[in-house]
Amino acid sequence: MSDRKLRVMVAKPGLDGHDRGARVLARCFRDAGYEVIYTGCHQTPEQIVSAAVQEDVDLLGLSCLSGAHRYLYPAVTKLLKDKGADDIMVIGGGIIPEQDFQLLYDAGLKAIFVPGATLDTIVTWINTNVKPRA
Amino acid sequence: MYFAKEVLESSSKMRKRWEDEVKKLVSKWADQKPEAQWSTVSDLPIKRLYTPDDIKDMDFERDISYPGQYPYTRGNQVTGYRGKYWTFRMFSGMGDAATTNERWHMLLKEGQTGLSTAFDFPTLMGYDTDSPKARGECGKCGVAIDTLEDFLVLTKGIPLDKITTSMTINPPATALWAMYCAAAEIHGIPLNKIGGTIQNDMLKEFIAQKTLMCPPEPSVKLISDTVEFGTLHVPKWNTISISGYHIREAGATAVQELAFTLRDGMEYVEDVLRRKKLDVDSFGPRLSFFFNAHCDFFEEICKMRAARRIWAKAMKERYKSKDERSWWMRFHTQTAGCSLTAQQPYNNVVRTATQALSAVLGGTQSLHTNSLDEVWCLPSDFAVQIALRTQQIIAEETGAATTIDPLAGSYFVEALTNEMEKQAWDYIHKIDDMGGMVAAIEKGFPQLEISDAAYKFQRQIDSAEKIMVGVNKYVSTEKETIPFLEIDDKIELEQIERLAAVRRKRDSKAAMKCLSDLKAACKKGENVMPFCIEAVKALCSVQEICDVYREVYGEYRDPGLY
Repeated sequence: MSDRKLRVMVAKPGLDGHDRGARVLARCFRDAGYEVIYTGCHQTPEQIVSAAVQEDVDLLGLSCLSGAHRYLYPAVTKLLKDKGADDIMVIGGGIIPEQDFQLLYDAGLKAIFVPGATLDTIVTWINTNVKPRA
Repeated sequence: MYFAKEVLESSSKMRKRWEDEVKKLVSKWADQKPEAQWSTVSDLPIKRLYTPDDIKDMDFERDISYPGQYPYTRGNQVTGYRGKYWTFRMFSGMGDAATTNERWHMLLKEGQTGLSTAFDFPTLMGYDTDSPKARGECGKCGVAIDTLEDFLVLTKGIPLDKITTSMTINPPATALWAMYCAAAEIHGIPLNKIGGTIQNDMLKEFIAQKTLMCPPEPSVKLISDTVEFGTLHVPKWNTISISGYHIREAGATAVQELAFTLRDGMEYVEDVLRRKKLDVDSFGPRLSFFFNAHCDFFEEICKMRAARRIWAKAMKERYKSKDERSWWMRFHTQTAGCSLTAQQPYNNVVRTATQALSAVLGGTQSLHTNSLDEVWCLPSDFAVQIALRTQQIIAEETGAATTIDPLAGSYFVEALTNEMEKQAWDYIHKIDDMGGMVAAIEKGFPQLEISDAAYKFQRQIDSAEKIMVGVNKYVSTEKETIPFLEIDDKIELEQIERLAAVRRKRDSKAAMKCLSDLKAACKKGENVMPFCIEAVKALCSVQEICDVYREVYGEYRDPGLY
């Protein structure tokens, strides 16, 4: 069991520019002691997946507030699977109505954080559920 | 302000007595907050009480003055809101052009007095609906516009010579404005009769909103093209709306919003002057601004009063402008989207009402009030109507619009206005020292200042140091649900089909010729506007035009600073 730092990527898929949450989380993860890679806005699912594989991350956090999560999040998980990298855990956040949760869980997301989730809640969830990949 | 010596002396005696009484009382309170923790939502410290001492160094003529007189602290209009209320301008756009046109007609019927267009992300970023990058986004955050055909549907039945339209469009502003000009021409309305605004403020995109296309320098070049074209041919158009709204939404403090926005404005003025085609007073009066009205009531009012004073000073003293219309800061305001809560969404009606009232007391010329459901989705008919009615109630029932700048002379309001102005100038001078806003952005300075503030605020919310009702206090266990407006995924396919039909029917040779003319103009550094108008008339799409820019000027990628 490795005791190296968790490697976490925060990614913004699609054309959405609402990046306040993603930036705040990237800082929060840095303060929590993770190694953080933030992609910046406007990444295609292909770019995100290839960066996640290349950076060998343990966790991929997706943020989208435009309503396109229904298309973009499953596109990312599908590509990860195609590349045989679906051991990278994926979580998502943003403006996500409850009726979309099942669709995203079915697509392979492990957790969805919506308005009201505190930074500490998210970090606690990660510390409990994510381990450095072997 | 001048106070007689006796007044200040007796004030000082009374203060001593008051302070003693406060101390006595406060010492008995069990869990008192330390004095330093009383602050605005932006962490600006606020005293328990303001007195003549706080404004004794002010000069009435220099600092406060009259409405319509320099430095315009009290407003640009001599008649205030008695001549005309602010424009009720609800930002709207959803799905396809026909759906949005329907919403526009509904709002006009309900008493809205100006239009404001929300575009979807592909349009905002200069991509057509059929681009692979646009998948899943069509119509979700606003209306999808690919070609002039869509634009004509959008503006169907709208009297373009009578109603002003604002378009929140940034990287592809030249293309969308060209469509507006072309639509006017098709309806037989001359360009000097149409009025409206294109947001067209790229600097704040790099800083905050992140709809990005080309690097900062060519972006500013395209903006200066529109300023020149507008000044000469579309004189009633505001070719730029220098925006603090998004800077604030990205997490900035009120002072940062004020400072970065005004410094952006100065950068644009300087670029147009550098081109040496226009005199400052030929375009100065057409520059317009856009602010956020956040939840801290007095801080917002003071921000707007300070903004007018700073801009007047900058135009008069820094740029030697002589026409007083150039000294006026005219601005639109939108209540703060980021202050709304997903929890207990009906509370958002109240938040929006107090924020709108602060904008009116701050002297806004135009206002959008957010709908209670905007945290979750584009507003429903029901929600948008309450939001519009909120403005109408403020205008018609509260008396807030009856007298001009009613808070002037308040010890607190004047002192806070001064403090915010001072702190804003400190930032402005710091950015001057960095070599201007483009240079500051390249260093990541405003971006990281905002990140610091956003992170700090989130921590303050998480620890309940700052309160958001329904989020970290008065939390309810029962879930309140509201009806959502959903944008059907199938409109994407319909829009793609419409675009394909336009491409099939247009004279493709003529369209390609227009694009190559535009490209040549970009390479030669000519003004792109006349070429854009020809291109949209030949049914070139938003992306085809923006691809020319991306090809000639290069593409800018978000560096992902945090």
